[in-house]
Amino acid sequence: MADKFAIQAEDLKKIYGSGNTEVAAMQHASMHVAYGEIVALLGPSGSGKSTFLTAVGLINPPTSGRIKIRGQLMLNGPQPMVDLKSIRRKYLGFVFQRSNLIPFLSARENVQIALEINGYSPQDSRKRALELLNELGMGDRADNFPSMLSGGQQQRVAISRALANQPVVILADEPTAALDSHLGRQVMELFRDLAHKHGTGVIIVTHDQRALDVFDAIYEMEDGIIELRQL
Amino acid sequence: MNLAIKDIRHNLGRFVLTSVGIGMLMMIVMGMSGIYRGIIEDATLLIDNIGADIWIVQHNTRGPFAELSRVPQNLIHRALAIPGVVTARNFVQHTIQRRNKGKRLRMTVVGLDWPIDKGKWVPLVSGRILNQNHYEMIADKSLDLRLGEKIKLGKNTYTVVGITSSMISSGGDGIGFFTVQDAIEIQFDTSGEAVRLERISRSVRVEKSDLGLKQPSLIEFASQESSQVPALASPQASSVILKLGPGANLKQVMNIIAGWEDVSVYTSEGERQLLLKGSVEKVRKQIGLFRILLTFISAIIMALILYTLTLDKLHSIALLKLIGASNWIVLKLILQQALILGILGYGIAYFLGQKIFPRFPRRVILSNDDLLQLAIIVLVISVVSSFLGIWKALQVNPNEALN
Ligand SMILES: Nc1ncnc2c1ncn2[C@@H]1O[C@H](COP(=O)(O)OP(=O)(O)OP(=O)(O)O)[C@@H](O)[C@H]1O
Ligand SMILES: [Mg+2]
Repeated sequence: MADKFAIQAEDLKKIYGSGNTEVAAMQHASMHVAYGEIVALLGPSGSGKSTFLTAVGLINPPTSGRIKIRGQLMLNGPQPMVDLKSIRRKYLGFVFQRSNLIPFLSARENVQIALEINGYSPQDSRKRALELLNELGMGDRADNFPSMLSGGQQQRVAISRALANQPVVILADEPTAALDSHLGRQVMELFRDLAHKHGTGVIIVTHDQRALDVFDAIYEMEDGIIELRQL
Repeated sequence: MNLAIKDIRHNLGRFVLTSVGIGMLMMIVMGMSGIYRGIIEDATLLIDNIGADIWIVQHNTRGPFAELSRVPQNLIHRALAIPGVVTARNFVQHTIQRRNKGKRLRMTVVGLDWPIDKGKWVPLVSGRILNQNHYEMIADKSLDLRLGEKIKLGKNTYTVVGITSSMISSGGDGIGFFTVQDAIEIQFDTSGEAVRLERISRSVRVEKSDLGLKQPSLIEFASQESSQVPALASPQASSVILKLGPGANLKQVMNIIAGWEDVSVYTSEGERQLLLKGSVEKVRKQIGLFRILLTFISAIIMALILYTLTLDKLHSIALLKLIGASNWIVLKLILQQALILGILGYGIAYFLGQKIFPRFPRRVILSNDDLLQLAIIVLVISVVSSFLGIWKALQVNPNEALN
């Protein structure tokens, strides 16, 4: 039964700070994403979307609650149950709100490194990195450094990197915010195809109301609580 | 993909500048040991080259290099009588400071016992060895004398017939090689007027004494040159050096000479140690301490540089961790940069040293042992000083990539 889900987040709670600076960024946040399912997470600024995504991404452990990936318990509250780093490397792909590329690596190398640390040979990694960049229309900028790319171009490189290892789960925080609506939609469709073709579970935080039709489900977050929008 | 090299490539200018800085620092560390080696080599070059097994010096002194020594003239004959001794030579050394062509000429005068010793062992750069008993000299390069140049020392004029290099006394003065007779003459040079006055006063003293009145021939004697007067001791050599034949027993010979009450005796190695202990010991300590200090400073500077290099990359490191890179990948990045910096610095130090050190007034000798030792020190420093950066990098939370 549990095998059907790529991601299970159960009753996540996250409290930042302590005393009178305490902020409850998540309360009773739950979400289940099946293999091959692509979901959107909407919500106003400060509602806790990024907090949720980084918790599920095993980067920012919750204060309490349980996170399972591929049915396996990863985090029991803040307690890691497995080597989170190797799970991130093998099963997760990230695209973050602000583009996050390594400044001293070219676009191609930024994608390539993700493959190499996962055990692919440099030659294979290089080839696959170029394919991915081509797919996102970045083939001709493969040798540029991040500082020479626009925000949207950087984001596309980050997306290529997230897709590189064909992860089981893709977590993207406003991946299309810096893209024009045409390209934005194209990227969303790319994510959807990936989910449907490879059975990847995808969670995308977005503000873009126009592309909502590509999603299988839409969640809304407010004041740290996640609710499924009834379609 | 080698992240260390990719990062360096991206910040090439800064990295090169840093390496040059580190390299210059290392060049000074290298130079320090080079100067030390140079001082020792220069100080002992003469002892090592002169081909003596035994040095006989004035009783209870540590001469002739560490202190003044005078030995009796007949010593050479006594020494030759010992079985096993093949040659015995007088050796004279003293330092003079005169003027030559309006310039100050400071020189250590070494007397060679011509014709037994014509200076064959002196490494010549140009010219020849001493061919006659008088008025020729071999000059060290540092004295700034040209081949064929004539210099007046005292009453006589000497011709530079050979040029040698790196023949430096323990005091750092260039050596001029003369025959023993010339060397003594230069040392006891007295002006013509002084000689005349000395003779007159001597005659007057004799004439006034009873002895002079009873034996008029003495007055005759007294007015002769000093060296002809039997009652006046003739100038003495600094030491006598012996060479033993094959199969001779060094210990036995030493024991015999040690029994003589007017002299002290040292082996060549003993003399070498005396010289080093006497005049070079303090310099050695001074430079040694300086070198240790510099090594520490280099280590601290390296650590700070590597630490800042790491700080600059913290975001990238967090990101690498976020996408699942192992600690080893991060550690390798920092360690490799540390080693590249160290090795590059060492290379630059060596290259610059080769260009710069020969221009120094005294020899800077980069011995293979010292170079190897420094290379090991550099490797250790590189590794140790990267710990601070590695520690910092391992602390980094992947979360920080998102800030
Ligand atoms: N590291 C932190 N320390 C303290 N408070 C934090 C931290 N990160 C987030 N918060 C707080 O938690 C709440 C949720 O933040 P979060 O970034 O998850 O919101 P968001 O929904 O992603 O907003 P946005 O749409 O603007 O990106 C906010 O009130 C924020 O101030
Ligand atoms: Mg956010």
